[in-house]
Amino acid sequence: MSIESIDPDEVDAADILGSAIERREDPALITGDAEYTDDIQRQDMVHMAICRSQHGHAKLEDVDTSAAEAMDGVVTVYTHDDLHREDTPGGGSYSLPVGWLLDSLREVDHPILADDRVRYQGDAIAVVVAEDRYLAHDAVDAIDVDYERLDAVTDPVDALEDDTAELHDDAEDNVAFDWEIGDAERTDEAFESAAHTASIDLENQLLIPNAMEPRAAVAEYSPGTDELDVFMTSQNPHLHRLLMSGVIGHPEHKLRIKAPEVGGGFGSKIHHYADEALVAWIAKHLERPVKWTATRTETYKTDAQGRGHRTTADLAMNEYGDIVGLRVDTTANLGAYLSTFAPAVPTYLYGTLLSGQYDIPAIHCSVTGAFTNVPPVDAYRGAGRPEASFVIERLAKLGAEEMGMDPAAFRRRNFVPEDAFPYETQVAVVYDSGDYEKTLDKALEMADYESFRERQEQAREDGRYLGVGFSCYIEACGLAPSELAGQLGAQAGLWESSLVRFHPSGTVTAFCGTSGHGQGHATTYAQIVANELGIPYEDVEVVEGDTDEIPHGMGTYGSRSAAVGGSSLVKSSQKLVDKAREIAAHQLEADPADIEFEGGEFRVTGAPDRSIGIKAVAQQSYLAHDMPEDMEPGLEATSFYDPDNFVFPFGTHVAVVEVDPKSGEIEFDQYVAVDDVGNQINPKIVEGQVHGGVAQGVGQALYEGAEYDSNAQLLTGSMQDYAVPKAMHIPEMETGSTVTESPHNPLGVKGVGEAGTIAAPQAVVNAVVDALEPFDVDHVEMPMTAERIWNAVDGRTEPDAETETPAAAADGGTDDPDTAADGTGGDS
Amino acid sequence: MYPDEFDYYEATTIEEAIDLLEDNAMEETELLAGGHSLLPAMKTGLSSPDVLIDIGEVDALHGVAVDDETLEIGAMNRYSDVLGSEDAREHAPALTAAIERVGDRQVRNRGTIGGNLAHADPASDLPGAALVSDATLVVQGPDGERSIPADEFYYGMYATDLGPAEILTKIEVPSAADAVGTYAKKPSPSSGYAMVGVAALLTVDDGTVESARIGANGAMDHGVRLDPVEEALVGESLDEETIATAAGHATDELDTALMMDDLQASGEFRAQLLEVYTERALEAAVDRAAAPAAAD
Amino acid sequence: MTEHDITLTVNGTDHELTVEPRTLLVHALRDELGYTGTNVGCESSLCGACTVHLDDDAVKSCTVLAVQADGATIETVEGLAEDGEFHPVQSGFQEEHGLQCGYCTPGMMMAATDLLEENPDPSREEIREGLEGNLCRCTGYQNIVNAVENAADEMHAGAVADGGCPADAADGSGSCCGSDAGDVRWPEDGGESE
Repeated sequence: MSIESIDPDEVDAADILGSAIERREDPALITGDAEYTDDIQRQDMVHMAICRSQHGHAKLEDVDTSAAEAMDGVVTVYTHDDLHREDTPGGGSYSLPVGWLLDSLREVDHPILADDRVRYQGDAIAVVVAEDRYLAHDAVDAIDVDYERLDAVTDPVDALEDDTAELHDDAEDNVAFDWEIGDAERTDEAFESAAHTASIDLENQLLIPNAMEPRAAVAEYSPGTDELDVFMTSQNPHLHRLLMSGVIGHPEHKLRIKAPEVGGGFGSKIHHYADEALVAWIAKHLERPVKWTATRTETYKTDAQGRGHRTTADLAMNEYGDIVGLRVDTTANLGAYLSTFAPAVPTYLYGTLLSGQYDIPAIHCSVTGAFTNVPPVDAYRGAGRPEASFVIERLAKLGAEEMGMDPAAFRRRNFVPEDAFPYETQVAVVYDSGDYEKTLDKALEMADYESFRERQEQAREDGRYLGVGFSCYIEACGLAPSELAGQLGAQAGLWESSLVRFHPSGTVTAFCGTSGHGQGHATTYAQIVANELGIPYEDVEVVEGDTDEIPHGMGTYGSRSAAVGGSSLVKSSQKLVDKAREIAAHQLEADPADIEFEGGEFRVTGAPDRSIGIKAVAQQSYLAHDMPEDMEPGLEATSFYDPDNFVFPFGTHVAVVEVDPKSGEIEFDQYVAVDDVGNQINPKIVEGQVHGGVAQGVGQALYEGAEYDSNAQLLTGSMQDYAVPKAMHIPEMETGSTVTESPHNPLGVKGVGEAGTIAAPQAVVNAVVDALEPFDVDHVEMPMTAERIWNAVDGRTEPDAETETPAAAADGGTDDPDTAADGTGGDS
Repeated sequence: MYPDEFDYYEATTIEEAIDLLEDNAMEETELLAGGHSLLPAMKTGLSSPDVLIDIGEVDALHGVAVDDETLEIGAMNRYSDVLGSEDAREHAPALTAAIERVGDRQVRNRGTIGGNLAHADPASDLPGAALVSDATLVVQGPDGERSIPADEFYYGMYATDLGPAEILTKIEVPSAADAVGTYAKKPSPSSGYAMVGVAALLTVDDGTVESARIGANGAMDHGVRLDPVEEALVGESLDEETIATAAGHATDELDTALMMDDLQASGEFRAQLLEVYTERALEAAVDRAAAPAAAD
Repeated sequence: MTEHDITLTVNGTDHELTVEPRTLLVHALRDELGYTGTNVGCESSLCGACTVHLDDDAVKSCTVLAVQADGATIETVEGLAEDGEFHPVQSGFQEEHGLQCGYCTPGMMMAATDLLEENPDPSREEIREGLEGNLCRCTGYQNIVNAVENAADEMHAGAVADGGCPADAADGSGSCCGSDAGDVRWPEDGGESE
C-alpha cells in the first residue's frame, strides 16, 4: 500500500516531476549535522530567560528584580519600563501587531512585556540575561512579583456574559469581533420550509501545537554596521522581519531573519511572539549575542493554541434528503490578545469552508470572537478549516441518520456534481475543480464498505460494537489573490516570490520565499526547477528561509508552498527560459519564435541539428561576448506569483473502529485516506504529509485538549498531562489518491499539508458514534477519552432492549433531535 | 528544564550512603537511584533538594540471586537488569510482568526497582505486583537492617515506612515458580503511568485455581490487595464465567470515595477500569497457564 | 555547590570536563562538547528526542546528570554511521521517509537501534511499543515503523551474509531466524547486572 521511494539517480530527467524520490534533506538530519536554532553557539553569548505570569489574570502590584540582578552571572534584568528608557534602543512599538483586520475588530494593545496587568498564565513580565542557561533560570526564580488576582475566564461563551470580568478596556464584554457570512434571510426561509433538520452543539477543543522543537532565537548585532541578525524558529522569515522591525524599532533593511533547520511548526511558528523580539532587542542593547530557547513548559503556556470553538449548527433537508440550508453560530476563543493572524482563522478560514463538498443553496454563519485568559489562539495545522469540516461532516452524519439514509449515499446525493466546477458556494468562495464521487468511491472500495454493514451486524450480535465514520472534507489553500485578501482584511499580500539563477558553470540555485520546516521543499522544489529547465535534478540547489539571501517571501503555512511557492518557481524558470531562448536564437542565428525548448535543449524548428543546451546558453550569458543587442548579461529571473484563486483539495477519509463500552476504549480496525491534492510532485512526500496530518487529527479526536482550571491555570501543562500521540496510538493508514488538477496554477497542484488534520477528527467521531448507535449516542465531545465514551454509554455494556432503528426514528420527522447525548455539551 | 543547584555525593557503600544521609539530615536530602521520578520533578521545579546522594553504583545494591526458594533483587537493579534475569522471570512472574510495563524502554534501561518502590507513586506499576508477590522490602539504616512486608511498607501517596536515614537495599520475593503471574494496565495516554494496573499471581492445578493473589495500583493512594476477587477464584475452575464473576468483586472492599480522582480519570471511572483490568489480568493468566512455559 | 571533573567517552573520543552537579547529560553533550545532534524536546522525560546510548543502553540524556555518567561510554547520533556508511537504521529512515522535520529523528534512531539489538525481528506492533518513549509530531509514525522494519531486514540480511544472525551477535543467546514471533529476548549486556 505504501509508496516506494526511489533513488533520484535512478530517475530519468524527464520523469523527475512526479517521482517519489528520496529526500535530499535527510542525510544532514539523520547524522546530526543539521543545525537547529539552539545548536548555534557564539563567542561571548548570553542567555535569556523570561519571568512569566503565574496567574491567568492579575494586576501587577510590584515586580522586584533586585535579588535577580544581584546574582553572580546575571548580566541584567529588564521589565516593561526598561523598554522605554532613554539609554535602551528606542523607536519600537514594543507591542505585537495584528496582521488581519475585520470591520468590527477591537484592536487591543499587546505589550511584549506586561505593563501593569497580565492576562494569561505565561504573559511575559520580566526578562533575565545571564552568562548561562541555568543561571538565567535561577534568576527568573529570584524575581519577586506581587500580584493582585483578578477573576479569570477560559470559555469563550462564558467570556461574553455580562458579569464576566473584562480583559481589555477597549473590548466591551470581551467581544473581539462579530462577523457573519452568507444569507441569513434565505437560510431562515430554507429552515422554515424544511422537511427535516439535524442539529448539533459541539465544542472544538483548544489544542497545543507541540512542534517537537521548541521555539528559539539567537540574535547578534554589529554596532559598526547596525546589522541585526536573528536566527529563529520561523515559518516565515520575511514576515517576521517586517513585523519585528516595527516592534523593536530596527530598520527592516538592517534586520536579517534566518530560519535555520526548523523542527516542525504546524502554525505555531508563523506568529510573531514577544520572546523573539526581546532576544533581538536585547542583543542590540547589550551588543552581545543572545540566545533563548523555550522550555517545553513555556511552549505549553505561550505557543499560540488552535481551535477553541463552541458551536451550534443546524442542517435543513427537504423530504428527499437534499440539503437545503445550513445555519452555524460559533463563539471562537481568541485568547488573551490578538495573535498575528488570529482574526482570520475563525472567520475567512472557517465560514467560507462550511459548504464542504455539498451543494447547499442557503448558508448563514455568524461568529463572535471572544477574549479569554488563555494564550492567544491562532492558526494551528488546518486553521479554521478543520473546525468547518467538523461541523458539516458531523451534521452530514446526523442528517443521514435523520433521513434514514446510508451516510455515504446521503453525502453522494448532496455532492457538488463533477460538472459544476468552477462552483461558487453560498459562502463566497469558488471551488476550482473537484470530483468528489471519485474519492468517495475509491475510499469505499478500499474500506470494503459493501461488506461492512454485515460485519457490523454480526459483531453486534456478538456484543462487539463496530462503527464506520466518513469524512468528505474540503480544504482551501494558497489563500489568494492578494487583492481579495486585502479586501478581507489581510495586512499583507499573499503572493510568493522566487529567484532562479543559473551559475556560469551550468548549475542552478533556486531561491524561494517559502520557508520549509520538514515538508521537503529542497527536494520538491528541485524537482520542479529541474523539470522546467531540463537539467539534472542534482544540479539544482534550493535556498529558503533567509531574508539576506531571498529577496522577498511570504513563508510556509496554509498548505501554500507547492501551490504558490512552487508555481512561482515555475514562473521564474519560464522567465529565465524566455531570456535563454533569445540568447539561443542569437547564437543559432535564428528567430526566437522558431526556437523550441525541450529537455534542456533549444532547437531550431525544422532543423533539429541546430541546437544549443541551456547550460551552454547560461555560460554564454555570463561570458556576454556575443549577446543579442540590448540584452543584459547573466541568466536569472525573479517572479512574484499572485494566484488567481485558492486551490481546493478534497478527499474522503474512512475510519472503522471498535468501541468497548465496558472500558470506553476505541480500537482502529481500519483507517483509509483517499486524498485528491491535484498533481503530486513527489508522491512519497505527499503520503508522508497525509500520515502526519491524520495523526494530528486522530490526536484531536482521541487524546489532545488543553484544559484550564477556573483561575485559567493550565492543567495540561506538560506532556505528562497533555497526550501527544505515541506510535501505538496511531492506526496503520491505508492511503490512496485521485488526481483532479487545479486549473489555477501551472503545476496543477492543490496542497496537502493540512489535509489529514482537517479530515481525520470527524471520521473518527462519526465512526465512534456509529459504533455506539445501539446505545443511542449521537455525539461525544473530543477528545473522546475512554472515560467520555464510558459516560456516553452511561455505564451500560449492552444497549437497551427496545432501541429504535435509525430508519424508524427518521419516520417521526422530528425537527428537534437533542443531539447532545452525553448531556454535558462542552464540559472542559 | 533546569534543576536548581544542589550538592552531589556518590556513595560507594551502603554504610557511606547512610552516613551521608545522617550528615545532611538538616538539609533537604534525596537519594538518587535511577532518577526517573526525581530528575523530572527537579527539572520542572517540583522538587529542589539541597543534597543528592547517588546510590546507583553501590555494588551491594545490585545483583539478582536465588537463595533457598527466595529471590533477592538488589534495590539498584535497573528494570532492564531484572527483566534480563532468568531467575527473576522464573521466580517472580507477576513482578516481572509489571516491570515490563513500566515507562518506556529508555526508562526501563535507567530506572531502578528500588527507586520505584521507595518513591511510592500510587500510579506506579509495581505496588500491586509487590503485594501479590508477597515481597519483603529490606531496608538498612543507622540502627541496622530490618525487613518490612510489602503490605506494611506503604502508608499512602509517596509515603512509606522508610525512615529518614534508611535505604531500601533489596527486595525479597518467595519463589512463585509454580505460579502464573500477569499484569494488566490501563496507561495514561500522556504520562504512561497506570490509571489502574492489576497484578495477578495464581497457581492453577488442572484448570482449578489453587491460590490467587490479586493486587492493584493506580486505583487508591497506595497499592491494595483485592481480597474478594481472590476469594471468588480459589477452588473455582479458571474459566470465563469465574473470571467475570471474580472481576465483578474488584471494588467490593475498596472505599470508592477515596479512589484516585484526577485529570487522567475520575474515581468512578477508575472503579470501572479496575473491574475491566482485573478481568484482563485474569484472562492473561489463562493464556499463560495454557502456554507451556512460553518464556522459558 | 562543588563542581565535578568527569570523563565521558563520546563516540569513541575521551573528553574531560568540569560540570556542576545539576548539569544534565544532554547539556554537557550539546553545550560543553558540541554534540548538537542530540536534541531537547521536553523536560518531562517523555519525548525521547534526547535519547543516546549510555554504556550501550538507550537512555534519555535529559534525565541523567552528567556526573552520573562519569566514566561512561556514550554513543550519539553522530556516531551511528561508520566510515561514512550509514547505519541500517539511518538508511531505513531515509528510504522509508521516516522523518520530516528531523528533530525527533536522532533520538528515535537511537531508541530504534536499542530495540533492534534486543529484538532483531520485531513485529510492527512491537516497534510501535518499542518506540513508546519517543514522540514524533510530523510523520504519524507509519513511515518510522517502516523504517525500523527496513533496518531490521537490512541488518538481518547483513548478518546472514556475514554468516551469523544478529541475535547471536547481540546477545549470544537466541536465534532470530527460528524464533517465535513475539518471543522477546533480553540481552545480558548491562555490564553491571548480576
